[in-house]
Amino acid sequence: MPILTALYRKAIIMDKIIVTVSQLNAFVKKALDSQTVLNDIWIKGEISNFKQHYSGHLYITLKDEGGVLKAVMFKSAAARLTFLPKDGMKVVARGKISVYEAGGAYQLYVSEIIPDGIGELFMAYEQLKKRLAEKGLFEQSHKKPIPRLPQRIGVITAATGAAVRDIVNVASRRFPLAEIIIFPSLVQGDGAAADICRGIEYFNKNRAADVLIVGRGGGSIEDLWAFNEETVAYAIYNSEIPIISAVGHETDFTIADFAADLRAPTPSAAAELAVPSQAELLRNVVHCGDRLINAVYSCIETRELRLSGIKLRTPGDIINEGCQKLDTLVRRLERGFEAFAESERGRLAKSCARLDALSPLRVMSRGYALPIDENGDIIKTAEELTEKKNFNLRMTDGSVSCRVLEKNGGNYGENI
Amino acid sequence: MAKTFEQCMKELEEMADKLESGETTLNEAVKLFEAGMKLSDSCRRMLENAEKKVSVLLKTDDGEYEKQAFLTDEESKENE
Repeated sequence: MPILTALYRKAIIMDKIIVTVSQLNAFVKKALDSQTVLNDIWIKGEISNFKQHYSGHLYITLKDEGGVLKAVMFKSAAARLTFLPKDGMKVVARGKISVYEAGGAYQLYVSEIIPDGIGELFMAYEQLKKRLAEKGLFEQSHKKPIPRLPQRIGVITAATGAAVRDIVNVASRRFPLAEIIIFPSLVQGDGAAADICRGIEYFNKNRAADVLIVGRGGGSIEDLWAFNEETVAYAIYNSEIPIISAVGHETDFTIADFAADLRAPTPSAAAELAVPSQAELLRNVVHCGDRLINAVYSCIETRELRLSGIKLRTPGDIINEGCQKLDTLVRRLERGFEAFAESERGRLAKSCARLDALSPLRVMSRGYALPIDENGDIIKTAEELTEKKNFNLRMTDGSVSCRVLEKNGGNYGENI
Repeated sequence: MAKTFEQCMKELEEMADKLESGETTLNEAVKLFEAGMKLSDSCRRMLENAEKKVSVLLKTDDGEYEKQAFLTDEESKENE
């Protein structure tokens, strides 16, 4: 044993160094803890001396024909047990081997206990889970989103029983708009895995659903085993329709759960995850309506605001403006006319003066007279005047009647 | 084919988005509003009048699957 040789070597090298019990126990503990194989180990045995301490911790002795192993299961781990261990029960316990220094004994610190028989199933489960994880079947990046408002929900489960009833009730209560299509399938025993795969293939091939629920109600690990089959894991992985898994109870985890796009703890929870609630949708619709109303109001409001910024001319404004314009025009017209009248008056006065200067009266006032015949025409030549002819002689202050006594010759001007 | 609830809902949301953007003319806004209110009304009616439809696929003799109305155990008992 390497541990012992190490101890011997230490004693030899250090020459008769005496170690205390605690030092030895600490050394052995350290040595055991460094063995990785002992850190997570599955051990098969029969329970004896089972004691449940009032603190909640479980004390067990595991035995087989050849020996015994002390084991302790602390309260936190014991709380996850799905059954109560009993003396004589054959089990597989998982845990870590370490030393209880105060007791000077090594023991198994148990993390889980599985009744034997299904212990092998568990091993197979663990191995398959590891293998499929390595192949990327559980990759988060591969998972498809669940549609928000599916029209058709494909359900692959047993046609009778609590699971299908819960799914139908919850889904149709929450969102009756979605059609539920059930693909009846065996969910345990021989042929169950093949049935489940057939269901997934049917919906994919016929594009018969927008989302699938694959699952069953609770049961023992053997009952749920179909959901731990590799074929089911691949069928789920390869499905183009998003799949919600709903296998057993909240505490049951199957390979199908890891491969599914979404894991629901129970079938009713799967139905809740698959469809939105009608009430919630109704609130959405009403909210959209409110948004429309608010938006159209604010649309009108902004325009009103813009409109109020614009001063519109009322008919009164137009009339007032026209009146003002008219007044101005009238004033200009008046002023223009006055100026015109003024200049006309000046012209008239000038013309009058010129006329006055040319007036025959003006000439007559200088001593001239106008001979006028019986027709009122001016007699301009002596020739027109025959002897004894009567005519008028007009002067500035009146006229006199005259008669020609005698005609004399020309040269009239010379006498002047 | 009549529009699905999802299509209606999507359109309704888009209308609200567009109207809220304020980038429409008044004429468009009023038209959007009217159409949107009509749509929200029909969405509401679709929801309120929805009747549950559950069917089960049964295998026929020729190996195909056939849809039939599905009753849960409780419902079948009630009908008896």
